Amino acid sequence: MSTVQNTEYLASPRGSRDAAEAASRGRLRLGDPIFRVVATACGLAVAAAMFGLTAVLIYNSWPAIAGLKTEVLTTVAWSPSSGQYGALAALAGTALSTVVAMVIAVPLALVIALLLVELVHPSIGRIIGMAVEMLAAIPSIIFGMVGLFVVVPFMQETIVPWLVESPLGSVPGIKPGPTFQGGGLSIFTAGIVLAFMVLPYITAVARDVLRMVPQVTKEAGYGMGSTTWEVLHKISLRYANSGIVGAVFIGLGRALGETMAVAFIVGSVYTDLPRSLLDPGTTIASLIANTFNEATDQIQIAALIELGLILFLISMVFQVIAQLWLRRVQRKTGGRA
Amino acid sequence: MNGRRSQATERGAGGAPLGTVAQSGRKAPALRHRSVARRKAVDLIVKVLAWIGAWFGIAVMAFVVWEVVVRGISAISWSFFTQSTPQDVTSTSGGLANAIVGTLVITLVAAAIGIPTGFFGGIYLAEFGRNGRVATAVRMIANVVMGVPSIIVGVFAFAIMVKPVSHYSGFAGSIALAFIMLPVMARTTEDILNLVPNELRESGLAMGAPRWKVTLGVVCKAARGGLITGATLAIVRVAGETAPLLFTALSSPYWMSGLFGSGGFFGGPVANLTKTIYDLAGTPYPAWQSLAWGGALVIIVAVLGMNLLVRLLFQRGKEW
Amino acid sequence: MNKSASPRRLIRAATTALALVVMALAVVACGGSSGGGSQSSADTIVGAGASFPYPLYSKWGEEYAGTGGAKLNYQSIGSGGGISAVKAGTVDFGASDAPLEEQELNDSGLVQFPLCVGGVVPVVNVEGVADGQLKLTADLLARIYNGEIISWNDPAVAAVNAGVTLPDAKINVVHRSDSSGTTWIFTNYLAAAAPGVWKAGADKEVPWPTGVGGKGNEGVAASVQQLSGSIGYVEYAYAKQAAMTSVQMQNKDGAFVAASLEAFEAAAAEADWQTSLPSMYLVLVDQPGATTWPIAGASFILMAKEQQDAARGKASLDFFDWAYTNGAATATSLDYVAIPQTVYDLVQSDVWPDITSAGTALWK
Repeated sequence: MSTVQNTEYLASPRGSRDAAEAASRGRLRLGDPIFRVVATACGLAVAAAMFGLTAVLIYNSWPAIAGLKTEVLTTVAWSPSSGQYGALAALAGTALSTVVAMVIAVPLALVIALLLVELVHPSIGRIIGMAVEMLAAIPSIIFGMVGLFVVVPFMQETIVPWLVESPLGSVPGIKPGPTFQGGGLSIFTAGIVLAFMVLPYITAVARDVLRMVPQVTKEAGYGMGSTTWEVLHKISLRYANSGIVGAVFIGLGRALGETMAVAFIVGSVYTDLPRSLLDPGTTIASLIANTFNEATDQIQIAALIELGLILFLISMVFQVIAQLWLRRVQRKTGGRA
Repeated sequence: MNGRRSQATERGAGGAPLGTVAQSGRKAPALRHRSVARRKAVDLIVKVLAWIGAWFGIAVMAFVVWEVVVRGISAISWSFFTQSTPQDVTSTSGGLANAIVGTLVITLVAAAIGIPTGFFGGIYLAEFGRNGRVATAVRMIANVVMGVPSIIVGVFAFAIMVKPVSHYSGFAGSIALAFIMLPVMARTTEDILNLVPNELRESGLAMGAPRWKVTLGVVCKAARGGLITGATLAIVRVAGETAPLLFTALSSPYWMSGLFGSGGFFGGPVANLTKTIYDLAGTPYPAWQSLAWGGALVIIVAVLGMNLLVRLLFQRGKEW
Repeated sequence: MNKSASPRRLIRAATTALALVVMALAVVACGGSSGGGSQSSADTIVGAGASFPYPLYSKWGEEYAGTGGAKLNYQSIGSGGGISAVKAGTVDFGASDAPLEEQELNDSGLVQFPLCVGGVVPVVNVEGVADGQLKLTADLLARIYNGEIISWNDPAVAAVNAGVTLPDAKINVVHRSDSSGTTWIFTNYLAAAAPGVWKAGADKEVPWPTGVGGKGNEGVAASVQQLSGSIGYVEYAYAKQAAMTSVQMQNKDGAFVAASLEAFEAAAAEADWQTSLPSMYLVLVDQPGATTWPIAGASFILMAKEQQDAARGKASLDFFDWAYTNGAATATSLDYVAIPQTVYDLVQSDVWPDITSAGTALWK
């Protein structure tokens, strides 16, 4: 097999010398096949890891899937000590906190990206861009701590009382529900902290995507007399549409699975659906984090792993959608997203 | 953005300039004037909002870092780096030394497993598989795996490493972290290697070098900066993770004692920085909370510092 | 061809990395604090469970290690976690404030014995209220935790708190989010002392009508600290160490008592351990006495009857022996009631003989 590979360079005048060298260095003849095998194995390892993860999760949650059937997805309360394994409260909390996070983060990310691409001098833009990317590296536990010690008291003492008093306070969804406990530890607070956790990611992708809008098109717009805003929303955003959506999905996926930023501050109420954003609740990730180590019996552990499987599937769906969106962008603009 | 000029040259359907009274039933010049002014106003408002919004977002991020620095700096002292996690709630002494060392060991072992595997996986994607079906599938799977919540990785590592042997271990934590590192390193390696021009490969092969020598000796050498950056960033990223360690390495107030046995790396829970911070932050004692902030500061300095360092040292011309 | 080829450099790099890892492990193995040289598997005993006694156990652990004994790695994960961990065999002993009944002990092959007694104290974070100032009755406490009384200046609350200015603020309720023996003690008290009002039952986890959850005693204390207008329940050591505002409770005799070691001791004095054998299951809430603290409870240790590792089982028993005989002073300093010698004698004679490894009893 090695002779077939070595014919690549046998054509050159030095070929025979190299062939001789090759023959004398026994190892060399195995080098390429070994290399190829190792590389392929490692490449497949990545895929294998994914399948392994899925298989292990399914296998270990099987007792719960078989035993509890649909209870996990149809019952509200999670109370293992009374035999209840309903995850609706957790699912609702996950969905709500993620929506709050997206509502705050996406517009902010877009304006920051706009700022970086259009409104500031490129060198400043580079610095801020670098700062944004470094901020994306801040671990979530940091956000959790700042959330608990700074945001929670601030919400409890300042923002939420004001909100409840204001006209907004009677809007269903903001009006405090029966489980309201002051709003410090709540879905809303968790959503806010999540928003700033995912902000750098969405910003980075949005900025890259906005940068890919061809100058020519934008200049055509300016030449016609459009204002910056008009160029942005009639040209750039339309062009970068898919990319922005992809960025949003990436942020969504991250917000869904975020644990440490949320575990401290969402309120840990596993037994009731939140009736308002200001109510405390829980998310799937923080429910697992808070209760896993003390799971009292096999069915509880299996049920928690089943929750993990559900979270995994949800985030995978969003990831896949994000991947497909971004590949559309790639095809449209000819670059790598 | 010259409203006037466009006003002068726009023509209506009939050929006459719009805005002139000659067109029957057309808008009067006054309205068009307002419309331009309105567009400018809207533009200005949007710009102002954008500036405010953007600076608000950036300010909040800076605020996060600031809070950690302010609250954590008071905890940093010699004892912080030499003493182990406090257990006695009545004392105010104690440090995070054992947790820092534990994180270093767990992360390094994870890197020893994840970086080479990811590196060769990236080589596969860039050099062998390229656009083939298998490689495309692997690439997409790698992207998806990168998005898996880290707590799920922790659950996975628990199921395969902790549950079968009925004890926690630092090694289980390393496996969880390596799992996270793997696709990150593979994709980063692939991206970096793809930047290396093909001419380099061709000239290496033309000189008679075998494939592996060309790839490792020439291409990787050329991409050395990017590869080191990628590896370092991957390591730094997992070093800050907490969720994967919650059910694997757990935590410990003591120094690791050896490899096996209940205090050892493979045998029992191992102290680590992130879980310890998580535990300490959830206590009501100001002294312990302060230690947690100190730990947070160490993490931020390490993460941001390494990020800055590798970018400054190795990002030659790569756009940020 | 370039002979200082990268394969060699790669191998060198890999070897260096490996060497670094090995060195790091070696340094940590040989370094570290007090005499960690012994490689025997009994140099660390791993326990997990209740956060109720955590301040005491961790201090005992530090002192015991200082005398040359094994190191104690105690994970405060809640009584529920301790029970499941010891059942699963992942720890040397579990700790729970909610004792198991005899049937469950037999089914799971466990023994249980009390190691300390402590008090659960309601703590509040209310503007203008100082430590020990606020008074509550069982009825009021139950109604607060039911979500029926929602404001601090509610007339019912004000009625027993003459002279204290209560603000017009919402009561934010904090309870445990994890499976907790402290909750077991607390809810047992509410069920015993306010049976008409408290309907959610008495267990390690109950369907709380209202409130946010904190993880562990630490989490509840931390949450109460962070949230103004909140009330929670914690073991007394946490309230004291974190300098929190605790509440006076009305006991069975009708007197309002402040939490203190003496009040806990009065409650513990009523305990009849002899009759509780062999499971030693005992509830100490709502005991009679003029100075008794009404929300007291014992914290138990659970161990497997059949120990997998004889050395670690023996090491654990040695630690408990030390705690029983030498730990009283430390317990008192943290406001826990030490188990008296007479009870320890009972434990040694009736419970520990059941702990065996490969047939032979571990404790002589």
